[in-house]
Amino acid sequence: MKLDSKIPDGHISEKWTNHKNNLKLVAPNNRPKIDIIIVGTGLAGASAAASFAEMGYNVKAFCYQDSPRRAHSIAAQGGINAAKNYQNDGDSIYRLFYDTIKGGDYRAREANVHRLAEVSGNIIDQCVAQGVPFAREYGGMLDNRSFGGTQVQRTFYAAGQTGQQLLLGAYSALNRQIGLGRVEMYNRHEMLELVKVDGKARGIIARNLITGEIERHSAHAVIVATGGYGNVYFLSTNAMGSNVTAAWKIHRQGALFANPAYVQIHPTCIPVHGTNQSKLTLMSESLRNSGRIWVPKKKEDAEAIRAGKLKPVQIAEGDRDYFLERRYPAFGNLVPRDVASRAAKERCDAGFGIEANDTNEGVYLDFSTEIQNKGKQAAYAKGNHNPSAAEITALGKQWLEEKYGNLFTMYQKITDENPYETPMKIYPAVHYTMGGVWVDYNLQSTIPGCFVAGEANFSDHGANRLGASALMQGLADGYFVLPYTVSNYLADDIRTGKISTDLPEFVEAENRVKDQINSFINNKGTKSVDHFHKRLGNIMWNKVGMGRNENGLTEAISEIAALKEEFYKNVYVPGSNDELNPELEKALRVADFIELGQLMAMDALQRKESCGGHFREEYQDSEGETLRDDVNFSFVGAWEYQGSDINKEVLHKEDLKYDFIKIAARNYK
Amino acid sequence: MASKKNININLKIWRQKNAKAKGSMETYKLDNVSTDSSFLEMLDQLNEELINKQIEPVAFDHDCREGICGMCSLYINGRAHGPDTGITTCQLHMRMFNDGDTIFVEPWRSKAFPVIKDLVVDRTSFERIQQAGGFVSVNTSGNTIDANATPVPKHDADKAFEAAACIGCGACVATCKNGSAMLFVGAKVSQFALLPQGKVEATQRVLNMVRQMDEEGFGNCTNTGACEIECPKGISLENIARMNREFLKASLK
Repeated sequence: MKLDSKIPDGHISEKWTNHKNNLKLVAPNNRPKIDIIIVGTGLAGASAAASFAEMGYNVKAFCYQDSPRRAHSIAAQGGINAAKNYQNDGDSIYRLFYDTIKGGDYRAREANVHRLAEVSGNIIDQCVAQGVPFAREYGGMLDNRSFGGTQVQRTFYAAGQTGQQLLLGAYSALNRQIGLGRVEMYNRHEMLELVKVDGKARGIIARNLITGEIERHSAHAVIVATGGYGNVYFLSTNAMGSNVTAAWKIHRQGALFANPAYVQIHPTCIPVHGTNQSKLTLMSESLRNSGRIWVPKKKEDAEAIRAGKLKPVQIAEGDRDYFLERRYPAFGNLVPRDVASRAAKERCDAGFGIEANDTNEGVYLDFSTEIQNKGKQAAYAKGNHNPSAAEITALGKQWLEEKYGNLFTMYQKITDENPYETPMKIYPAVHYTMGGVWVDYNLQSTIPGCFVAGEANFSDHGANRLGASALMQGLADGYFVLPYTVSNYLADDIRTGKISTDLPEFVEAENRVKDQINSFINNKGTKSVDHFHKRLGNIMWNKVGMGRNENGLTEAISEIAALKEEFYKNVYVPGSNDELNPELEKALRVADFIELGQLMAMDALQRKESCGGHFREEYQDSEGETLRDDVNFSFVGAWEYQGSDINKEVLHKEDLKYDFIKIAARNYK
Repeated sequence: MASKKNININLKIWRQKNAKAKGSMETYKLDNVSTDSSFLEMLDQLNEELINKQIEPVAFDHDCREGICGMCSLYINGRAHGPDTGITTCQLHMRMFNDGDTIFVEPWRSKAFPVIKDLVVDRTSFERIQQAGGFVSVNTSGNTIDANATPVPKHDADKAFEAAACIGCGACVATCKNGSAMLFVGAKVSQFALLPQGKVEATQRVLNMVRQMDEEGFGNCTNTGACEIECPKGISLENIARMNREFLKASLK
């Protein structure tokens, strides 16, 4: 198979414009003759569904939740980037493009990322027009803040709920179209198979999660926008239902799966509390604007803290190791996520972790300096040039509350500790997946008519993702890329007519789904689905987690293969297939996570370099920084399915070319 | 640091096979629950035990488990989202309970939210209200004016944001003795009424959303304020007042 990325010719700043000028169109009177299926209704899916309906196509949208408003995009807290340069601090499309490529450790596709930067400003305009209540300055203009990996303020935000507000914006656009009858919305439905006719994507098989009914839905194109696969680790910041099933099903049908090893470990999550933990909670990265990260300098202090004999506030300033500020003075606490995560792991592995449980993992995120600074500023602003210490502290806390109040409350509810009084405890956790289904410049997978958007595709983030760039990509794909590229594909379908769901391909696909469901229901094993999912997560976190090495990965591959065998032999799924059955839903998803997990380990094993979120312990410099190998590994690793033995998948390479950016070592010092 | 400990509890949980079946309260005993667990993690633990005994686990709605998605929805000891304020069920922790406690767990109680199974209810009535007008009718064409071309006073933007913080969980309805959805609808009406982008359609929006709300079978508001108390996101009653003003203005036009 030859991978054709279809990147247009010309200067990078003109590629997208030229491409759009040359794409085929579907005339307005022909659009009602065409059906589009969209699976997933987060930022990418909802914005795409609304856009296609607006254009006049017939849209069917699917989500497993009871409402599109609950898609996990809603939990993104910090913000969305856009090259508006409202703050006049030197930002530009080129800078956003450059920062994103560099942040992605030169493993993202140049042309895609430039397009993302180009449309970024438009996203903000669109969202504001929809009534998204972004933060404002007193003059009525939009406010900005900065995020990890950048030196400008280009992040637009709505307190700690940016994802929520952006999703509700896209959801409202979608609702408008549902209300107008132009989108048929299928809540509580899960896509379980792709239907191909003559090699093209022509529909899906979905399960109604309430009745268990297996449904056939046909369309001229299928768009998968189902998010990432972080839940392969069991514990992650993803919503419990987030899964890889739709993406994995199209992979099994011929779509290549690219760079599965690239997983972002987010540095600021609440540490694991115990064995019953079901998921991890992220604290917004925006907190790193105001918090300083440290562990004790002396091991005995760390031990005393873990034993409960010392409190963090009792550690003198000189006895604290602000390790990010020490190692990366230029960016300090705002280094990119992979760098911050690894630095925290390094300190904890060295014995300086502060959490009092069997992991001993955790570092402090301390707001006391910010309380003093902002408190003083606020007092001066009030004309009080001689404030008392108490006044300063009170005003500083008030400032923090205005900026991050909801996050602080959330932290306190979960941990029972007051972060205004004592530093937060944080530790890295699985967050965002940069890998995903391989797509070309048009966001089309290797299956004609099957497009993939947002976190579910691989294209824009490279080996790492900068803060506030995922929301940008989701909306860019849905509002501003797919409407052009999918129309180009559909231009040849105006005479096709309705696709019948009675075609044998639909029958076969439906039978595959029914067989899988029946085999789970009839298996009558002895272990729950979660039992296997947790064991998979354990292997993944220990051997395909923040640090990977050849031995561990080799072990992981065979351990997962063995787990898969045991899963099919011994899983117990209670209940029946014709009712709401959450255990059955989980079983179908875990089956796919197991196969993907093995592929992730295989991908990590072949990539003998360290880059971004992929840290191979064998490839690091004397200071523990990543050692990238641009000569041998400047490619996208895209895997082709060869049957259920994942070991047999074939690796295809798309060479990455950087014509408009100079590749350099990533340096945040 | 909170003291880590394990407690034993008794659970009385509403079990109902499906929308048509008759439901009943069932009793379960659960030992060794870590007080650091969330309420939903406690239910996971119960379900794991039930599965091991080949008893069908309890169905309940949940997803993000970060207090944002609005999917979780339990009535715990007679209160929506349980005995704590300003949080969703996923953020309720077992440290709020004592060793030996009996905890009652029921689904949302409202005619407009029929039970699907056990603790899972159908909240699509909320969807239809949103579809009736909870939006600004702007094309998704990307040809909008520059975002800073229309200044919005910070005070208005902040108020709109506070209203927009609603997560659509339905606690307001479940806790209201009238089963009223006015806090939910008021929040959406307010968000747009406060922003210049939403003003153009304000009249039609409030009329359509209120009409749909009534058609869905939600009750009326009698200002008891229970909704505000149980709202996990602190949505204020002033949104209901603003919706009433908007509705009156629209009706007089």
